[in-house]
Amino acid sequence: MSVMKVVVCVKQIPDPADPGALDPETRTLKRDVKLILDESDSYGVEMALQLVDAAGEGEVTLVSMAPNGERSGLATALAMGAESAVLISDPELVGSDALTTAKLLASAIKDQGADLVIAGSESSDGYTGVVPEQIAAVLDLPSVTAAKAIEVDGDGIKVQRQTDGGYDDVECSMPAVVSVTAGVVEPRYPSFKGIMAAKSKPVDEKSAGDLGFDSDSVGWAGAGQEIVEVTDAPQREAGEVIEDDGEAFTKIVEFLENQKVI
Amino acid sequence: MTLDTIWIHAEASDGEVSSNTLELLTKARDMADTVACFFVGDADDIAEAVGEYGAETVYGIDADDNLHGVPAAAAIAAAVEAGDGPDAILFGTTYDGRDIAARLSVKLDRTVVSNCVDVDVDGDTLVTTASVFGGATDVKTKFTGEGPYLALVRPKSFTAEGSGGGEADTDDLDVPDLGASGGAEVTDRFVEESDGPKLDEAGIVVSGGRGLGEPDKFEMVETLAKALGGAAGASRAIVDAGWVPYSQQVGQTGKVVKPDIYIACGISGATQHLVGMKGSKNIIAINKDPEAPIFGIADLGIVGDVHKVMPQLIEALAAR
Repeated sequence: MSVMKVVVCVKQIPDPADPGALDPETRTLKRDVKLILDESDSYGVEMALQLVDAAGEGEVTLVSMAPNGERSGLATALAMGAESAVLISDPELVGSDALTTAKLLASAIKDQGADLVIAGSESSDGYTGVVPEQIAAVLDLPSVTAAKAIEVDGDGIKVQRQTDGGYDDVECSMPAVVSVTAGVVEPRYPSFKGIMAAKSKPVDEKSAGDLGFDSDSVGWAGAGQEIVEVTDAPQREAGEVIEDDGEAFTKIVEFLENQKVI
Repeated sequence: MTLDTIWIHAEASDGEVSSNTLELLTKARDMADTVACFFVGDADDIAEAVGEYGAETVYGIDADDNLHGVPAAAAIAAAVEAGDGPDAILFGTTYDGRDIAARLSVKLDRTVVSNCVDVDVDGDTLVTTASVFGGATDVKTKFTGEGPYLALVRPKSFTAEGSGGGEADTDDLDVPDLGASGGAEVTDRFVEESDGPKLDEAGIVVSGGRGLGEPDKFEMVETLAKALGGAAGASRAIVDAGWVPYSQQVGQTGKVVKPDIYIACGISGATQHLVGMKGSKNIIAINKDPEAPIFGIADLGIVGDVHKVMPQLIEALAAR
């Protein structure tokens, strides 16, 4: 394959270092904080850039769905080397479930002519872990989830797919959707030049209506589920915390003895 | 109130049905008049094992060498469309479980709720409980549309108990032509060998994190785990960094463990990690940062250097 066109789905999330909360009124994640590129997605972006490099020619396009026209996470991925982005943003989309999200992303992807669609295995905020496979199903494409390595081989790809106890070798035709696990490649840091170049890269913003969705089919109305209660979970209480004075290991030995495991 | 029929996604490795499957069967018995399983493979292989936990029927699905998601979803969707489907399908949160649930949700145009730690019947629908923000918040979600309701349940959410049932009946679900989506085939399988008890079944788990400083130091974790007859685990940070294989990861992504004793060494306690281990009966933490969140849930917390405390502990245990 000489020209490799890759679409990468990226999510912009609240900084995990500043954990989120559910807004008790809207029952959605509070997103008034600045959003960043989900670290899990930086692996997908890097993988896509490497595949295009290996092919010699091609480009990486980003697709993202975020509230308030948020672009700061996209800017990071554009600075890494992606060429352009499609951003789906619309107040109507608040409360959309994973399935609606996948339908919207798929409709933004379908006209891109991608050889490969790459996504993270699961986001670091919602963790539903189903969107990549749902996108594949909407587009009627084969998919390989939890990929730890991808190699283009003729008209197809060879993928190492993570399993509980090791990995499977999987061969898949293209076009295809692949979700990648974290840690598979070392995401590059955007260079200064990359950051400057990102400012002039095109970001095509779409509403739900632009993609052909009416308001009954998205957001809470289209979700097929309703949050009925949000409560604080019972918490574990902290026990004894001691400073090591050189003898703290004896406390552990004692604890293990009391539990009769030694 | 109960539903008429619930199906469980049954999984097995080396002929042994997963504990996750048995947990879901146990729970489903209280929720439905009829509990059945579907299984990618030969239904006869597991009919006895799942029958003991209350499955009345096992539906086998022949996926050939395909990844399970596409063929299993196609077979189940065909059964649902023919009017032979259940009211709800519960899947374990596994790679194949997620794939099948996700594919099926599109085929049937039904929502799927992930990360459930509890499920219950409410009238003629299901209410799920998901744990978010590292377990700080519980969110109850009700299915509002038509069934079958699809829920992905986290391992160890329920305790498996046999029902004393006999061998389940077996039947097959036919896989229709998969068309363009059927292009992913497994050509080879690799298993990373490990000795000692399995991570998610061990009574004692010793885990290491970034605080170990360098990859070689994970040996201390393995040595301590071995000394206690337990299993060695790891935080996502050091798995992502390539120090330890993914199969040893404890957390939201990775294994959920509930041992009697969990010893966290050089792990700060990111929510990602806490989700996978906070159900442990006793938690011991060693970390040099007194502000580390892990101390908020530890029964015994040692503010100290793992490079000092662990060797002392290993030596003390060896001397016994």
